[in-house]
Amino acid sequence: MFYREAGQFKTTYQGDQAVFPVFQDKIAVILVILAAYAVPLFADEYWLQAIFIQFLVFALMAIGLNILMGYAGQVSLGTGAFAAVGAYACYKLTTNIEGMNVIVAILLSGGCAAAVGVVFGLPSLRIKGFYLAVATLAAQFFILWLFNKVGWFYNNNPSGTITAPPRELFGVLITGPSASPEARYIVCLTFLIVFAWFAKNLVRGRIGRNWMAIRDMDIAAEIIGIRPLQTKLLAFAISSFYCGVAGALMIFCWLGSAETEAFDLATVSFRVLFMIIIGGLGSIGGSIMGAAFIILVPIFLTNFPPMIGLDISTALQKHLEEIIFGVMIVFFLIVEPEGFARLWQILREKLRKWPFPY
Amino acid sequence: MEFLESILVTPFIEIWESPYYFTELVLVGLSTGVLYSLVALGFVLIFKASGMFNFAQGAMVLFAALTLVGLMEHGVPLWAALILTVAVMVALAFLVERLMLRHLVNQEGLILFMATIGLNFILEGTGQLMWGSDVKRLEIGIPDQPFDILGGKILLNTFDVTAAVIGALLVVSLAVFFQKTPMGRALRAVADDHQAALSVGIPLKTIWIAVWTIAGIVALVAGIVWGAKSGVQFSLSLIALKALPVLILGGFTSVPGAIVGGLIIGVGEKVAEGFWGPALGGAIENWFAYMLALAFLVFRPQGLFGEKIIERV
Repeated sequence: MFYREAGQFKTTYQGDQAVFPVFQDKIAVILVILAAYAVPLFADEYWLQAIFIQFLVFALMAIGLNILMGYAGQVSLGTGAFAAVGAYACYKLTTNIEGMNVIVAILLSGGCAAAVGVVFGLPSLRIKGFYLAVATLAAQFFILWLFNKVGWFYNNNPSGTITAPPRELFGVLITGPSASPEARYIVCLTFLIVFAWFAKNLVRGRIGRNWMAIRDMDIAAEIIGIRPLQTKLLAFAISSFYCGVAGALMIFCWLGSAETEAFDLATVSFRVLFMIIIGGLGSIGGSIMGAAFIILVPIFLTNFPPMIGLDISTALQKHLEEIIFGVMIVFFLIVEPEGFARLWQILREKLRKWPFPY
Repeated sequence: MEFLESILVTPFIEIWESPYYFTELVLVGLSTGVLYSLVALGFVLIFKASGMFNFAQGAMVLFAALTLVGLMEHGVPLWAALILTVAVMVALAFLVERLMLRHLVNQEGLILFMATIGLNFILEGTGQLMWGSDVKRLEIGIPDQPFDILGGKILLNTFDVTAAVIGALLVVSLAVFFQKTPMGRALRAVADDHQAALSVGIPLKTIWIAVWTIAGIVALVAGIVWGAKSGVQFSLSLIALKALPVLILGGFTSVPGAIVGGLIIGVGEKVAEGFWGPALGGAIENWFAYMLALAFLVFRPQGLFGEKIIERV
């Protein structure tokens, strides 16, 4: 009833190609963003700290991986490594350079991650598919080993961890363990919104079209004049940039301090991969939905069984979680390979016709 | 300069000066390599017959070993537990074919690959859910004493040698199976061309079940050997990650490649850890194989024995 496109005429190309061509969508997105900014008013510290901030960080990483895998078609299992590069770079930048603005530091560390991503993306010209997945695994293992072994990266402190130093923005403490969860939440949210917006515009423009051409058939793309190496490396760079920024936020705004284990294959790389498979490969909105889903399943498993009087151990819970994720992956790949993004699209189609599906 | 010397010069001098230590490392590497080959073999079998890159092979190793140990803990004798575990692996093959492969026919390789990552998690979860996640000892009576050759200069382990022999036997029997039996021929036909094999009346579904069963049995053997060596625990499923560089090196479609690749990776890893490890800070085993494979990929993307894929528009 309210979701009607009738009467909304597009007379310019700009209007037709807008991110949200339908007026109602625009309103919905604005409402969602406003609601997201209003969350700290209602949520308590646990929810902000354990769920919302985690969700924002992982959503950012999922967008990064989706750019690489969903749009450019390059498999990567090295998300955790690129996030670690961002985190460690940001740590070094903020602790070693006096008076460095923390936002600038986070963006710069994204740049470091992008540089590393390009290096490990170099083989992508000659190898593809599974071979590339293995090459990115090399990045995963090598980089984490490096950060573990070379003391310079964690300022040679005895615990071997990196800790986010407290830094202020506009007089408000936004990073480090003593910053208020509200402030950290707002910072992460702003990052996610800006980056998601940027990614959305990137993938529907020339660069995104080049990526999709490469993904769909690289040889054909090369013949029509797309330079494969540059295009693929750009995808690696931008994807790693996103992952790096997310990694920096992970330490600075979410965990406070961490070791390399926080970035390992199972906790980061596979998790983000699941997010984009379940959310929808090749969809920015899908990445965010997938992230929300993957974050919520374990929390549901922790809280739901006690509610109905079942007492399950943490080990059991962890195994159940694994099984559920596995089944979800297989189920989605079989039934809806385009993930939540496609379900959302179907829902919109239905809404348009509601209440008279003619 | 000093650092460069410590990685570029010193290790070679050390190798020259301590040939027995070097030989020992090579032998240990060879025996570990056989085990890597076993896991890699499971990958190759499934990849050849279905074009599916089975990431879950490591989880299958864990699952098989856990089932075996779990049954034995409940008082089932070894031989019966073995038979039952094989039966479980056959059932698993059926289930995978029926619930997964059948619905994913004709999807691109990447989708299949991701589906096996899902399967990997299901198997890891189920195995540990059923049999618990603590480390279990697996006693199957493989002797485990060190013995020395060349008058005490090189130490070897009976266990490693037995494992190598088991691995070699398995490889030989698989080779015979592929070359001499009708089923083996059918498998090779499917590997060459699905469509052509179907059109001459080879049932694809049966082939898939057969191939997953064989992969399951290979996983069981790998699980027994690794499990007896270091206990049955979660880390078993991580040896799949070690088998990946082996595949890269050997080529995805080649059985000899899996074996040679496994041996190269095994030896390379041990020697690198022994001579280069100290200079680099140790624990380089984790990534050395990957870097070796990566360096190799740049020069020969199809691996040592792999087929060169020619693509046309």
